[in-house]
Amino acid sequence: MTAAAILFDKVSVRYRIPRERIGSLKEYAIRRLKRRLHFDEFEALRDVSLEVPGGETVGVIGRNGAGKSTLLRLIARVMPPTAGRVVVWGRTAPLLELGLGFHGELTGRENIMLQGALLGFSRAEMRRRTPRIVEWAELEEFIDAPVRTYSTGMAARLAFSVATDVEPDILLVDEALAVGDERFQLKCHRRMEEFRQAGKTVFLVSHALAAVRENCRRTIWIHEGRLVRDGDSNSVTDLYHRWSIGDPIALPQALRT
Amino acid sequence: MSAPEALVRPGPVPLYDSAASRSRALEEARALWAYRGLVHELVVRDIKVRYKRSVLGIAWTMLAPLLNMIALTLVFSTILKQQITNYPVFFMTGAIFWAFFSQTTSTAASQTQDSNEIAKRIYIPRAVFVASAVGVGLVNLVLSIVPLLIILIVTRFPIYSTWAFLPVAVVIEALFAAGVGLWLFTFASRFSDVREMYVVIVQTWFFLTPIVYHPAIVPPKFRFALWLNPLYYLVQTFRKPVYDGVFPSAALVGVSVAISLVVFVTGWIYFANRAERFAFHG
Repeated sequence: MTAAAILFDKVSVRYRIPRERIGSLKEYAIRRLKRRLHFDEFEALRDVSLEVPGGETVGVIGRNGAGKSTLLRLIARVMPPTAGRVVVWGRTAPLLELGLGFHGELTGRENIMLQGALLGFSRAEMRRRTPRIVEWAELEEFIDAPVRTYSTGMAARLAFSVATDVEPDILLVDEALAVGDERFQLKCHRRMEEFRQAGKTVFLVSHALAAVRENCRRTIWIHEGRLVRDGDSNSVTDLYHRWSIGDPIALPQALRT
Repeated sequence: MSAPEALVRPGPVPLYDSAASRSRALEEARALWAYRGLVHELVVRDIKVRYKRSVLGIAWTMLAPLLNMIALTLVFSTILKQQITNYPVFFMTGAIFWAFFSQTTSTAASQTQDSNEIAKRIYIPRAVFVASAVGVGLVNLVLSIVPLLIILIVTRFPIYSTWAFLPVAVVIEALFAAGVGLWLFTFASRFSDVREMYVVIVQTWFFLTPIVYHPAIVPPKFRFALWLNPLYYLVQTFRKPVYDGVFPSAALVGVSVAISLVVFVTGWIYFANRAERFAFHG
């Protein structure tokens, strides 16, 4: 028996988008008075139910705008569901668009402290972890240089190193492995494998189907906010690929599930 | 493939349950406490980044009010012939008070967008952004005590024992500034023009508050404007121990504390209840 890490029970997320883009208070007040506020509803996720046990690495695939990032945001508790219920057991660490929250003027070391604080860690704790983070990222020589002098790959290594060193129960990876050379990708892969073995959960959002197959046993396919397929990575990615290249049979079949 | 059956719950209480009922105000307070390290980190970052590339560095924080003071002293004591004993000290205390309030609240109003970039992707109690605005303001306030002391010494103005009350006055002001900051942050997360509007409001508010002039010069028929202005009570509370050498009266302190508490508590509740929606306004 395995312990659940994430539970989605009939989860929907609706964004209310004003039909005319109203960004200012002045405009809002005027329209409100004239009763001319119209909203379009956009359903980013519809009725998604999902259960993920600890120790599973789940790939998330789908077109741009299908709702993959919204799914991760719900797990990261950045936004609440409009309907349904999201339950998360454990601490999450997101590894989203690389170097987010990195500050160019600050040194690598200072940024480690800042990232750690963003993840809710104390200074003392981060100071203890810093040497290991630097070592994994292979940035010993550059760690006291401002991050603006780093290459994309270097920043990526630092970000990945921080996000995985803090030992989250659930790691959310959104297109973060695309950059970096082969050696880095291999290291990331190994680290995610360690994670899985330690009973931790990893969500990997990617358009790189090969990376999904390599890293995840289970893959979910999200299409227009709906969970259309949930199963073995090989078969789901295969189906998705066939649909992507215009195979007429693939999509209805996928939607039937 | 169907979902695996009968999963064991690792603990009775999940870390996050979107369906759990809870007091948002309390939860936000608890979260802010848990993320106090981040507040510290953001304050340090702000100060480091600001001074890393500037030649004058920290000295600038002290120099700016000093230059301001010289210009305003010239204007108000020479040209307007206002009769205030030791105007530089009078003005400096007001200016320090004002700088803290306006900086803190303006930062809180303008941080909405920055903070969204981060908080859209990772859970952070948003209150840390308002708290860090207050923190940066406090650091600057402490630094600007140095030019005030210089002026006191240069003009041979006594340093009263009533200075001891100053920390209390600062706390009251910080509470008020935090409250206004929370209201502004919440508004600004919804409407992009709040920030620009607030610039104008702050400018007007500055002249309605006795910072550069003495409240005694306000004609009786306009006094009500002072009485309606919360910052009038707060600046008096702040200035009396330094400039007049007396403790502010119990009534004055009482009014200041009451106003600050009301603004802070309502701001907190409003903010905490809107906080979950912030991610929807990008």
